[in-house]
Formats: sequence, C-alpha cells, structure tokens
Amino acid sequence: MPVKILIPTPLRSFVGGAREVEVEAHTVGEALQTLIRRHAQLKKHLYGEDGKLRSFVNVYVNDEDVRYLSQADTPLGERDVVSIVPSVAGGVDSAAPKAAAPALPSPASALPLSAEEIRRYSRHLIMPEVGMKGQVKLKSASVLLIGAGGLGSPLSLYLAAAGVGRIGIVDFDVVDESNLQRQIIHGTSDVGRPKLESARARLREVNPLVQIETHETRLTSENAIELFHGYDIVADGTDNFPTRYLVNDACVLTRKPNVYGSIFRFEGQASVFATREGPCYRCLYPEPPPAGLVPSCAEGGVLGVLPGIVGSIQACEVIKLILGEGTPLVGRLLLFDALAMSFRTLKLRKDPNCPVCGPKAAIRTLIDYEAFCGIEPEVAQGSGEFELSPAELKGKLDRGEDLVLLDVREPQEWEISRIANARLIPLGRLPYALGELSTADEIVAFCRSGVRSRKALQLLRESGFRKVHNLSGGINAWAETVDPSVPRY
Amino acid sequence: MIRIPKGVLEEIRAQGARAYPEECCGALIGQANGGGEKSVLLTRPFENRHPDGRERRYFAGPDAYRDAESWARNLGLDVVGIYHSHPDHPARPSEYDREHAWPWYSYLILSVEGGTAADVTSWVLASERDRFDPEELECP
Repeated sequence: MPVKILIPTPLRSFVGGAREVEVEAHTVGEALQTLIRRHAQLKKHLYGEDGKLRSFVNVYVNDEDVRYLSQADTPLGERDVVSIVPSVAGGVDSAAPKAAAPALPSPASALPLSAEEIRRYSRHLIMPEVGMKGQVKLKSASVLLIGAGGLGSPLSLYLAAAGVGRIGIVDFDVVDESNLQRQIIHGTSDVGRPKLESARARLREVNPLVQIETHETRLTSENAIELFHGYDIVADGTDNFPTRYLVNDACVLTRKPNVYGSIFRFEGQASVFATREGPCYRCLYPEPPPAGLVPSCAEGGVLGVLPGIVGSIQACEVIKLILGEGTPLVGRLLLFDALAMSFRTLKLRKDPNCPVCGPKAAIRTLIDYEAFCGIEPEVAQGSGEFELSPAELKGKLDRGEDLVLLDVREPQEWEISRIANARLIPLGRLPYALGELSTADEIVAFCRSGVRSRKALQLLRESGFRKVHNLSGGINAWAETVDPSVPRY
Repeated sequence: MIRIPKGVLEEIRAQGARAYPEECCGALIGQANGGGEKSVLLTRPFENRHPDGRERRYFAGPDAYRDAESWARNLGLDVVGIYHSHPDHPARPSEYDREHAWPWYSYLILSVEGGTAADVTSWVLASERDRFDPEELECP
C-alpha cells in the first residue's frame, strides 16, 4: 500500500531535499525500514546502535504518536500519513560522577589502634585501600543493624570481625528452632533466648574489641529518628514491608545511607539508598505491594544460604562506604538468583516526584507504615467474628458436626503436617476451585499460622459462602494445643 | 554560516537570563539556501519540559516541535535550528547535546553566567554524529 512519510527539515538533505517520500508498506515499522533502505544515511540518525528508534525521534500516524498506538506494528491504511517528528533535548555535562560515595561525617576524633588491634587487623592493614587510615575509619564508625535475623547474622559477624567500632542492633524476637537454618549467629543452645542476647555473646566472641549496643524494641515511627541519629550508617535486614518503608523514610529524614538487602526463596536484592547522591527505596517502589500479595519468608520459605550471600554483600557495601573506597551500589539494584547463580544490576534513577526524597517531598515526618502497607491491626486470635480456636474446632469435630476442613497451604507443607480429613486447595488455586465447594457446607479454612486462610475466608465470603470460619493460629496452633503428634514448622 | 539579526540574538540572550538558573530553549525560524547558509528571522521559544534538573537539561517534545513547524510553515519559513542556554557552563556543546542532536540543524548555545548572558556560539552535528563542528555566526 503506498503511504507518505513526511520528512522534517533536518533530515531532508538525506532524501534529496524532499519534504515527503512515498513508500510501499502495511505497518509503520515496514515504512521506516523501507525508508532507511532507500536512504541509508538516515539510519544512524533515526536508530541507535541498539537498533531502537532514538529517544528524540517520534513517529506519528496522522495526528497520533505511535507510542500510544501499536508502535512499529501500527497498521497503515490508504491515505495515512507517517510523520517523523523531532523532540529536542540537550544540556550541560554534569560535573558530578553518577555514583558518588555518600560523604560520612568525619569522626570527631580518630581513634588510634592498639598493638592488639594491629595484630588482629593485619590483613587489612597491609592493603593500600584500607591501611592504618582505613582501619582507623572503621574503628571510628558506627553502624545500626535493623534485625538480628538472616541478613543481620552475616552483617553483624563480618562488621564486628572487620573492626567497626560501634555496632547497634535492633530486634525484639527470641530465637526459634526454625531460625537456625539461616540465622547463623544463633546456635541450638540459644533457642528460646532473646536474639539480642545470643547475638551479643557471639559477637563478643568474634571480636571483644568492638562495642555492641543492643536495642531490644520494635522499630517504630516513634523511636526510629532518635535511634538513627546515633549512627553513621543504617543496614536494613528486615523481612517486612512496613519496616522497610519505615527504615527508608527515617534514613532519608536523618540523611543516613541505607544499605538495603532483601531475600525470598532463591532470590536476593541489594542496593545502597543514599539520597543526597542517589535514589531511595521509594524511588524504586513508590507503593508497597497489596497486603498479602508478596509472601514473607515465613510463608514462602527461603534458601538458608541466601541471606548469607546477600547479608555479606551488605556488609561489604557498609565497609566500602566507611572506607570511601570503590563504587557503592548507589543508583544500582543488584539482583541475585541462586538457582541460575547469576548477578545482574539494574540502574535506578532518583524519582523527581518521590514523596520522601524528591524536591517537592510531601513526607516530612514518619507515618503509620502498617496502614500505608494496607495491614490491618492484628485481630487477637479467636476474637474475630469468623475466627475459630483449635479447641473450638476440636469440640465441633468431637460432637460429630459436619464440617469441611479446607487446607489452603502448599503441597510441600501438606507433606510436613496435616489434619485428618482435610481437603488441600492451595490459596493460589482457590479462586478456580470454588466450584468444588458448596455454599451449603460449613467450612473451616486453615493454613500454617492463620494468615493465608484469612485471605481464603475473605475470598469465600465475597463469593457467597456464609458458613465459613478461620482456624486461629493455623495448623501450628492446632499442633500446640490439640494434637501434639502433628509437627510444628 | 548562520545569520541572526542583532535584535533576535538579544531576545535569546534576554530569555536565557530570565530562565537562569534553568536552561531555556527554542526554535530558530528562517530560511536556508542550498549552499548550507541559514538566515534566522524569528524565534519560537519552547517551554523547558525536562522532568527534573532543568538547571542542566532541556527538553521539548514533539508537540512543541509540531507547533513551531506549522507556525513557521504558515509564514513560508522553516525551523532551521535550536537554541538553548548553558547556565554557569561554557557555550560549548556537551556530550549530552551531541547524543540528542539532529543533523543539519544549527545548535545555538548561549552561556549564562550568574544570571547574565555571556558568549553565544553555533554548531552543526557532523554527519558521522561523532562531533559538533563550529558554525560561523554573523549578526547583521
């Protein structure tokens, strides 16, 4: 089909001065390819070396930018006119390098090294990038770790071993048997002990010359700013979105670099959010995912060695920031895939509309992060309208009531533990399996701890099921209070 | 060679000073003869629509261009070049300018130092896109 291409003035010299060129084509892509075949000189001006149209080249069909149609596949009909329309852009060369290391406040007094420290850190001291000067920087530095779990374990162990002078750790949990598969700072004899106590003992053993400060509290919007002010760098080893946004915002507000890491199953991420020089976590993820969409490690699992790798990367970035050596992960997101054993980095940009670090930032104080992430206040177990305690369920079963027990966990969890006569329909399959259930039945949904089954309940109720309950605390609570022969996990 | 009347150049200098510390930009409208000589008669200022960092970047999209082009066409003229300012930077094209440049156009660059218009130079992209060649600027 013959179509016209309008040529803008800067390109006319390549087509013999013509204002328009006629080509045979059925799509925009074909029309442009025919044009550059006929006028080869045009190619390098229209297309970059990657074979894509240059960013400042716009293509219109009649009055529509093809970006809003089907791009190169936009079909052409008779009398359609294709126009090549310039955008113009330019500017000055930036003097500042893109990934500058954030400037740390210089310590009030550089602390000299003792003979003992010189012996201990000799492998650092003989490297020109560290040396006596770098080791003194490490000794004079302070780092706050959020969480003494999977990421916090290698982070704190390596930072203590490296001689970071003051290490703060925030945590309020106790060591559970299920932590030991990855949280290598804690040992079997620590089960039931506060994580901070166990971590402090282990770190003292690793390096008694560094100061460990423990903050046994939940990090909140009320205490974060004051806590962060006391340290040079914050390293985020949290496992949930509300705390991650809280750490990010508090770091932006206190101007502390945020050395970020996160893990899930076989995949990890790391970056350095230092917002004077680069983007923050909100530039990357302006909004949290809908509550419950992204499972936590407790729900989805995590390869035990993964936090070892990602936490070590965070420790390395912390040390680089303190030394002021190398190129930090500022403006870059490192993606690690343990199954493929591959690392990739994505470039991150500072979002000019970022609500916390942008020039027109609307967030100037910390907010309610649970609400921001769409998490409702935890319903006390058994107190919700549809909640059923394990004892109540046992009573119903003992009375011979006709119940459908709906297990919404994954098949591999079914292998670990199960309740007799339950039907397994994993949560992800439930929307497609509603036809297998009857609204006439009384249904008790359960999962590992009661979180996923609450979502199942919501779905069932929205689909017209009325006689539905959620087993509070899930199969683990059932195992604890009713049937000790069922293993907890 | 590009010919720009003094009055037109003064308008561009005034616009550059007003936009400081941001960059200004616009279209040079006039005529070109076959020998590569251009004559500017008017300017059509663009709004700098760069989303951030207008202190060191300018951007005007296809709508602005189409507007300038049809305006020029109605007068029997053409867009023959683009002008922009470099706040607190020399009147020399940057690497970023080169990457985003169109061939044939004259790129007029105005240096604005501390809010006062300073040097003006003009450049044309080399056919290999690897550099800008300086262009003679005449102000009758």
